[in-house]
Amino acid sequence: MSMGLAAYPLSYLEASGTRADHILPLTRYMLGVAILVCLVIGVLLWIAVRRNRSAISSLAIREVPLVRGPDAVRWISVGLTVSAVPIVIALIWTLTALASTSGPPAHPALTLDVTGHQWWWEVRYDSTDPSQVFLTANEIHIPVGEPVLVRLHGGDVIHSFWVPKLTGKTDTIPGQVNFSWIRADRPGLYRGQCTEYCGYQHAHMSIEVVAEPRAAFEHWRIAQLAPAPAPITAEQTRGEELVQYRCGSCHQVRGTLAGALSAPDLTHVASRRTLAAGTLLNNPGNLSGWIENPQSIKPGALMPDQYLSAQELADARAYLETLR
Amino acid sequence: MAERAVSRPQDIPLGPTHRVGVGRWGIWTVIATEAALFGYLLFAYFYLGAQGPPGWLLEPHPSLKYAVPGTVIVLLSALLTWWGVQAILRDRRVQSAIAFAVAWLLGIGSVWLQILDWKAKPFHLGTSSYSSIYYVTTGFDVLHVLVGLVIFFFLILWTALGYFSARRSLVVTVSALYWYFLTVTWLAIFVTFYVSPYLGFGQWQ
Amino acid sequence: MMPEVTTTPRVGISGVEHEAKLERLWESEPGLKGFLGTVDHKKIGIRYIVTAFVFLALGGVEALVMRMQLAGPNLSLLTPREYNQLFSTHGMTMIFLYASPILSGFSNYLWPLLLGSRDMAFPRLNALSYWIYLAAGIFLYSGFLTGNGPNDGWFNYVPYAERDYNPGLNQDFYALGMILLGISTTVGAANFIVTAFRTRAPGMSINRMPIMVWGTLTANVANLIVVPAVSLAFFLLWMDRNFGTHFYQPSNGGQVLLWQHLFWIYGHPWVYAIVLPAMGMVSDALPVFCRRPLVGYALVAFATVSTMILGFGVWVHHMFATGLPGLGMSFFSGASLLIILPSAISVFAWIATIWHGRPVYRTPFLFFSSVILLFVIGGVSGFMTASVPVDWQLTDTYFVVAHIHYVLIGINVFSVVGGVYFWFPKMTGRMLDEPLGKLNFWTMFIGFNLAFLPMHVTGLLGMPRRVYTYGAYGGWDTLNLITSIGSFLFALGVLLLLVNVLKSLKSGGPAGANPWDAYSLEWSVPSPPPPYNFAVIPTVVSRYPLWEDRLGEEGLRSSIERGMLLTQGKQTIGTSGVDASPDIVLQMAEDSYAPVSLAAGTSLLFVGLLLKSIPIGALGVAIATLALIAWMWPSFELREREPEHG
Repeated sequence: MSMGLAAYPLSYLEASGTRADHILPLTRYMLGVAILVCLVIGVLLWIAVRRNRSAISSLAIREVPLVRGPDAVRWISVGLTVSAVPIVIALIWTLTALASTSGPPAHPALTLDVTGHQWWWEVRYDSTDPSQVFLTANEIHIPVGEPVLVRLHGGDVIHSFWVPKLTGKTDTIPGQVNFSWIRADRPGLYRGQCTEYCGYQHAHMSIEVVAEPRAAFEHWRIAQLAPAPAPITAEQTRGEELVQYRCGSCHQVRGTLAGALSAPDLTHVASRRTLAAGTLLNNPGNLSGWIENPQSIKPGALMPDQYLSAQELADARAYLETLR
Repeated sequence: MAERAVSRPQDIPLGPTHRVGVGRWGIWTVIATEAALFGYLLFAYFYLGAQGPPGWLLEPHPSLKYAVPGTVIVLLSALLTWWGVQAILRDRRVQSAIAFAVAWLLGIGSVWLQILDWKAKPFHLGTSSYSSIYYVTTGFDVLHVLVGLVIFFFLILWTALGYFSARRSLVVTVSALYWYFLTVTWLAIFVTFYVSPYLGFGQWQ
Repeated sequence: MMPEVTTTPRVGISGVEHEAKLERLWESEPGLKGFLGTVDHKKIGIRYIVTAFVFLALGGVEALVMRMQLAGPNLSLLTPREYNQLFSTHGMTMIFLYASPILSGFSNYLWPLLLGSRDMAFPRLNALSYWIYLAAGIFLYSGFLTGNGPNDGWFNYVPYAERDYNPGLNQDFYALGMILLGISTTVGAANFIVTAFRTRAPGMSINRMPIMVWGTLTANVANLIVVPAVSLAFFLLWMDRNFGTHFYQPSNGGQVLLWQHLFWIYGHPWVYAIVLPAMGMVSDALPVFCRRPLVGYALVAFATVSTMILGFGVWVHHMFATGLPGLGMSFFSGASLLIILPSAISVFAWIATIWHGRPVYRTPFLFFSSVILLFVIGGVSGFMTASVPVDWQLTDTYFVVAHIHYVLIGINVFSVVGGVYFWFPKMTGRMLDEPLGKLNFWTMFIGFNLAFLPMHVTGLLGMPRRVYTYGAYGGWDTLNLITSIGSFLFALGVLLLLVNVLKSLKSGGPAGANPWDAYSLEWSVPSPPPPYNFAVIPTVVSRYPLWEDRLGEEGLRSSIERGMLLTQGKQTIGTSGVDASPDIVLQMAEDSYAPVSLAAGTSLLFVGLLLKSIPIGALGVAIATLALIAWMWPSFELREREPEHG
């Protein structure tokens, strides 16, 4: 049942993945019970305050005689019994939903190691064959309809991995490995967000899951495995040198001398839809702005402002745009 | 018009006695909250140990060289305190003061033994989570004992000055209860840190 | 063996001379000694209430500034650093510096009056708990006002709270300030527990106590047991940050989740501690305005205690997303669902009381009856988050923010404001303005619901919590704007309360002893009560002492006019725990500088710890020790020792 919630990418009143599918009916049930209870109590309360109210409101309270009244304890016994029914149903349903959603799939088609960092997501595509392992950041591609195991690692502080339409939240906690899993029902772009307060830029730590048919996924995966292409123009060549020098102390661009792992892997940065963990659309203007002045876009981010000259900025951008 | 119930108690104590008062209730609330504190410390030990990496127990067989004599001294001190309370309930002030004084000295002895134990340990506060919880828990215990020693100092002084008697013994009772609480706390710490490793806790990795 | 010192208290009726004597015995000393050293529970209660309202206002301003920042997407009124300190300080202020102390204040003021006693069991301890609360509030706000406020939320998770990620003094202020505050809470809890069990009026057996006493008693038993958990959590954090320990750092065997367990073992019972006394106020006041006894008193008392007991067993529901084993989480999920049932008892008892009563629309009634609806709204959103898989979607979104504000504001604030309207006449001898009161109610009610009802939708649409801004992509713009507007309207309502209070202090109508024709003992003494509360100790035979004739029950009546006189010093009667039969005459302490000195010394110690200054810390310890010795020195007046000579 679509609720026309396309305008609300983080809403979980719609599900597009198996794990979220199993939670949604229970959510709707509980929401329905919640609204019904509020209405019933509201009506009862309204009637109660109106039915025997003292006739004249300016009457001195002393003039209103005491009511010896029935002991009315039946209200409580009936109310309690009626309340118990939806609660017990919720309890049983919770246990079954928990059983069907919690376990990671026995034979995942894909295994990812996701590490939460302040304020970006490191994604490692795992494989039994070491040559098939690669790193990327903030944007995950998965084959639609196939179960994907997500191992969650704590990089610095606690973050939480959440893609509402596909799965509920699981924290990344230093010192332990947590597990989540996703299996998209249909192709699409699914937005997620860090949902455990992690410092200054907790607000700008999105993640995007792109679910696509197996063939398209393979195409993407093979492209991601490839190292950075060699620069062609003079601008790009200067840009490559600059990126190695200035960015390499934190970033990795496979196939160049930039080899650090404390910031997002940039080998295929131009293939991503967004920059800075979902904060900016990936276009030349934003890319330049981000490189030059990250502190004005994500104040407190661990990437310092770069103070490049206009030429240097253009060179860097030219090079980075080749990294598809 | 219905009759009024009027409470007319006869011959009730004026001020706290050995059996009736509010001070006893007061010290029990203190004991409850401090016992909870030590409970959480021991919870932290067991949680860290259960979740901890292999080799978490830095001393798989903790040395009992100081801890066992310390335990004996702590128990003796409690016994003497009990004796001191019984003495004051028989109006034997001198006996009471002496019993408390010996209990006090034993208390100092127990602190001294704990410090020797600390010095003998092969790890320091910042070595790992094991050492941290060990030192903080035993440290809290020592702190509580030091407070107890100050309390007992004044208890001895006041007993010697003749403040207390069989009928005015609340301060004595309250101080003694605090001391017994520390005895029980030490026993819990002893069992947790010194005995449970021998029983297998923390050894499974 | 010397004979016991016993006495047979004289019984009689009051008179002018008798009251004058009591007045001399009980009134606070004049000047500085009285101001700094008073042990009058009514003065202490009012100090608590005023101080808590100041913190409510501060926390409210913090919230309004945040709502301005969040009124639209991508606004930049606040930097992330500023926002993070604001939301953390807001939480800390409201939960620790307002919600519990306000209830302590009302309880402090009311309990001896409700219980037919002349004072709390430990008058000096009472004063101490206030002074330490004030000191802790100042300590914590000194951090905030110097840019060193808490910045990791009120829940303060590690590792973000560790020095590696949070090098400034923010966390040290918070940790030490909370430990200091914990001392106040603990000594207050001890006082309430012993008072409830040992100083009720003769005949006020345990099943005749006001529900507010049940609520506060339950809350304080819980506090006694769980405050050490959070104090320890903060202490271990302070140790990690300053002494190189490894409690929470995985690199050396520490456990990140240890913090969460210790914090929530405290944190969950705490939230019941800040609503159960307020629910007690509703249970005690609704009967007055419905002109009939509460329906199901015994069940409501039972529900109060069982909610608290169950409340000890649900803490993991704050940790459902941390990767704990499903079996363990199922247990906590079940308990979190079951805990709804005792609350349902109270809700139906209240509705039944109104239904079978004859409601008189006065401002207190509006506030107290609205609590029922707001409580239920808050309760059902709690019902939803109790289920583990549903919580995986709801947690850390604005849905939970809506839930917590419905229960905290809906139960605590609305009851408290109702309580202000109800007891202001008793405290001051004047009535609050009734038409302004009704305006106050509607402004607060409409503003509150305008702000927080849409927030459920904002949360269901996925807006995360604790974000200093949000993008337009989420579709939350309009909802946030509505919330921001509603919050200002709600604040206006709170301002109207202040206006009403200030206006009525000067020119409110005279109240008399019992303007609401209520039933409990506090309404049998003048407004405001004399320092000794009761000229003679009442004897009680029912839950509704002042209504007995009209309720037409058989048997004896409570005695208000005639009772023990107790004028041989500052005396009140001690009674047994369950049956309240008198078993001791208690001598109560005089005004004393010891509590405020002890508070000052302790605070100085904590300043020394914060600044790592041994001289300051040692001075603090010295002052505190001397104050304690002076306090504890056995006194003959209090019958703690034998007399000077023989």
